[in-house]
Amino acid sequence: MRIGRPVENKRKAWLAFAALAVMLLVLPFATEALLGRGWVRIVDFALLYIMLALGLNIVVGYAGLLDLGYIAFFAVGAYCYALLGSPQFGLHLPFWIVLPLGALLACVFGVLLGAPTLRLRGDYLAIVTLGFGEIIRIFLNNLNAPVNITNGPQGISMIDPIRIGGFSLNSTHELLGITFPPVHLYYYLFLGVTLLVIFVSLRLEDSRIGRAWMAIREDEVAASAMGINTRNIKLLAFAMGATFGGAAGGLFAGFQGFISPESFGLTESVMVVCMVVLGGMGNIGGVVLGGALLVLLPEALRHGAGPVQQVLFGKMLVDPESLRMLMFGLALVLVMLWRPAGLWPSTQRRRELTPGAGVAHQEQESVYDASK
Amino acid sequence: MTPRSDTLLELTGIGKHFGGLAALSDVSLHIRHGEIYGLIGPNGAGKTTLFNIITGLYQLDEGAITFDGTAYSHCKPHLLAHAGIARTFQNIRLFANMTALENVMVGRHLRTRTGIWGALLRNAAARAEERAIARRARELLHYVGIERPHQTLAKHLPYGEQRRLEIARALATEPKLLALDEPVAGMNATETESLKALLQTIRASGITVLLIEHDVKLILGLCDRVAVLDYGKKIAEGLPEEVRQNPAVIAAYLGGAAE
Amino acid sequence: MSLLSVENLKVAYGGIQALKGISLEVAPGELVALIGSNGAGKTTALKALAGLLHPAAGKVSYAGKSLHNIPAHQRVRDGLALVPEGRGVFARLSVEENLQMGAYTRNDAAQIGSDLERMYALFPRLAERRAQLAGTLSGGEQQMVAMARALMSRPKLLMLDEPSMGLAPMMVEKIFATIREISTQGVSILLVEQNARLALEAAQRGYVLESGLIALSGVSGELLGSDAVQRAYLGGGREPAGSFSLKTRD
Repeated sequence: MRIGRPVENKRKAWLAFAALAVMLLVLPFATEALLGRGWVRIVDFALLYIMLALGLNIVVGYAGLLDLGYIAFFAVGAYCYALLGSPQFGLHLPFWIVLPLGALLACVFGVLLGAPTLRLRGDYLAIVTLGFGEIIRIFLNNLNAPVNITNGPQGISMIDPIRIGGFSLNSTHELLGITFPPVHLYYYLFLGVTLLVIFVSLRLEDSRIGRAWMAIREDEVAASAMGINTRNIKLLAFAMGATFGGAAGGLFAGFQGFISPESFGLTESVMVVCMVVLGGMGNIGGVVLGGALLVLLPEALRHGAGPVQQVLFGKMLVDPESLRMLMFGLALVLVMLWRPAGLWPSTQRRRELTPGAGVAHQEQESVYDASK
Repeated sequence: MTPRSDTLLELTGIGKHFGGLAALSDVSLHIRHGEIYGLIGPNGAGKTTLFNIITGLYQLDEGAITFDGTAYSHCKPHLLAHAGIARTFQNIRLFANMTALENVMVGRHLRTRTGIWGALLRNAAARAEERAIARRARELLHYVGIERPHQTLAKHLPYGEQRRLEIARALATEPKLLALDEPVAGMNATETESLKALLQTIRASGITVLLIEHDVKLILGLCDRVAVLDYGKKIAEGLPEEVRQNPAVIAAYLGGAAE
Repeated sequence: MSLLSVENLKVAYGGIQALKGISLEVAPGELVALIGSNGAGKTTALKALAGLLHPAAGKVSYAGKSLHNIPAHQRVRDGLALVPEGRGVFARLSVEENLQMGAYTRNDAAQIGSDLERMYALFPRLAERRAQLAGTLSGGEQQMVAMARALMSRPKLLMLDEPSMGLAPMMVEKIFATIREISTQGVSILLVEQNARLALEAAQRGYVLESGLIALSGVSGELLGSDAVQRAYLGGGREPAGSFSLKTRD
C-alpha cells in the first residue's frame, strides 16, 4: 500500500497538471462561447495584471518593501514600447527589441528608485515610492513641451501591434482549421509570459537569493549580521520587480494600441498592491488568484449589477457603475476581515496553524513583542 | 606561513557618544585566539553598545579596532561577517516566519555564491551548492541540539531552542569570533549547564567566543578572561577569579553574588 | 479563604494544549512562586489569569467571584495586575507618564498623586529619572517602571513574569528586595521565575510546572530541598549533542 503511494501521487499530480493545461488552452474559446468576445479581452487584461502582481510580489511579498508607485515601471515599459513603435517618432522597431528594452529601462528605473530609498522601511518607503509613481506620471503628462516627446495627456495612439517575425497578433489567423481572433492570440502570448514570470518567481523563491530577500523582510539587522549585503539584495528585488512591470507594460502598449498617462495613476498602483495583499503575500498561487479576482470581479459587477437588479426589483435602483465600486470595496474589507493573511496565504503562514509546531508558542510571543 | 599574532581582536581607545551622552569612553581590550572572553557589567554599562561597534551595527567615534590582523573602524556588518565575526542578539532576532532550517541556511549565504542565473537555471553547480547548504544547515541544527522538526517556524520553537538556533545560524557563517549577547538569559540552571557545554564544544573546535552575560556562575565557570564595564569604562580585566575579588567590581556589579 | 483559586485550568493554542489542567491557590498577602523550564506553560498561565488568553476549560475565581468572561481591563480594575515578561514599558513615554498609565483605571486624582510619591519612595532610582523616556532606561530600571506601573493600579494580586531576566546580579538583588517589600505591604504576589532558587527563597510556597501540568507543589523550603527540583532546575549535568567538527568546510 505505502510503497504504491508516491507513484500514485505523482500520477495524480500529472493528471491535475494536464487538466490545468487543457483548461488554460481552451479558456479563450470557452469564455467566448459562454460570455462573448469582450470577456476574452478582460481575461487578457487579467493576465497583464497578474504579471504586474507577480512582479510586485517580489518586492513586497519576498523582500518586504512596500512599494506604492509600482505602476510607474508599467508606464516606463509601455512608453518605451510606444515611443519606439508608433508614428510618434516614426520609429517602428521590432517587438523583440522594444519589449526587452522596455523591461531593461524599467529595471534601471527600479534601481534608480531603490538606491535612494535603501535606508527607508515600512510607511516611509511607501510614501517615497508613492511620490516616485506620481513623478513618473506627471512627467509623462507634461513631456509634450517644449519638445513633444510623450504627446502629453493626449497619449500615444496607433502603437504597432505585437508582431513576431511576420506573424501579427492583430489579425485573425487560421491554424489547423481553428480560427484565432487577435484577442485569443494575445491571450496565448500573455499566458506564456505569465507562466515564464511564475517560473522565474518560483525558482527565485526557493534559492539563496530568495532566502536572502525573506531574511531582509523578517529582520534586516540580523540579515546584515549574517553577511547579507542588504543594499545589493534589496536593489536586486527592486530591479527584478521593475523588470516584470516593464515587460508587462510593453505588452500592454502593443495590445491596447493606445496609451496615455491616465492608465498609470495611483489607483492602478494601489490595485496591484491589493492584488498581492488580498491574494496572499509571498505566495504565487495567491497572487495569481488575487490578480485574477481583482480584474474579473469589478467587471462581473459592472455587467451583472444591472440585470440582477432588474430581476430582483423589476427596475434599476442604483447605477451599476457606482454600485460596482461600493461592492468592490465591501468585498475587499470582508476578505481582509475573514482572511487577514490573504485568500491563499503562503505555506509559511499556513504552517503557523498546523500542530506539531511546538508547545510553547505563547511563551515566545512576549519575547518577540519585546524585541520588535 | 608567517607566525600569526596571538591576538584575534584588539580594541584600542574605543569611544562612542549618543547625543551628549558618552556610552563608551576609552575602552581597550584584546581577545586572544581560541579563548572564551567574558564581558560583564551593570545594565546600561555599554556592553551591547560595544558589541554593536565590534559587529559594525554602530560606527565608533574614537579609537581603532583590529580583527585578525586587519584594522577597521568604519565597516558594514555584512563585511565583518565575511571577515569572520558572527553574533547573536540579546532580544533574539531570528527570521521569525522562516523555518529553523531556513534560518541556518541564510547563515550560509556569505559562504556560497549562487546568483540570479544559478537560481533560474538550476544548473549542476547551483543544485550541488543548494544541497550542500541544506546538509550543512541540518548538521548545525543537530550540533546545537535542536531536535524538533527542522520545518518548524523559528517563532514556534521554545525559547531555549531559539537561543540555540541563533547560535547555529551564527556558526553557519564559519566565524572566527562568535559574539554572544546574553545567551542564557531566561534559561534555568539546567538549561544553562547544557548551553555551557555547547559553548565549550564550540571553543574546542577553534572558534573564539566573546560573551556578554549576567549569569556570574556561567562567567566564572566558562570564561578564560573577563572584562568589566561600568558607565562606559573598563573598570577591571583579568582572570575570572581576580575579577570576582576586585572590590570595584563587587561594588559596581556583583554585590552579594560575589560570595 | 484564598484570594485566587485556579481549578483544572486548560489552555489550548493552535491545536496544542499548553496547559493541561492546573490547579493552584494564592492566599491574601502570600508570595507564591511558579517555576518550571522554558515552554512548560508558565507565561501561558499568567496570561490566562490576566484575561489575555481564553482558557479551554477550568474554573478561576478571584476574591470569591468567578473570572469567567471577565475581560482583561476589568480584571485590572478588580485588582489583578500583570507585569509582563520583557517588561513592555511604553518606550516613548516618560517614567512618570508610564506610572500614570498604570493608574488609568482609577479616577481619584489626589490618591494617584500620593501613590506616585509612594512609588518613588519604593524605587528611588525612578524618582531621579521621572522625566526620562522609559525606552532609554537600562533593563533593570525598565523592570522597576513595569512593576511600579502595575502597582499604580493598586492591585490585590500582582503577577510578575520573569522579573530577573537579563538583569545584572546587583539589580536582581534590588528587584527581589523590592518584591519582598511589596509583599510585606500586604499585596499578594504570584511570581514566575526562571531562577528557581531565587524565587523559592523569596516565596512562602511554590508550584513546579512541567509540560503543562503541576508536577510538584509545597512549602518553598521543602521544594528547595527536594531532589527532583535540585536536579531539574538548580543545575545538574547533561551532555550536549554534537560530535562533529566545526572545521569541515564544504
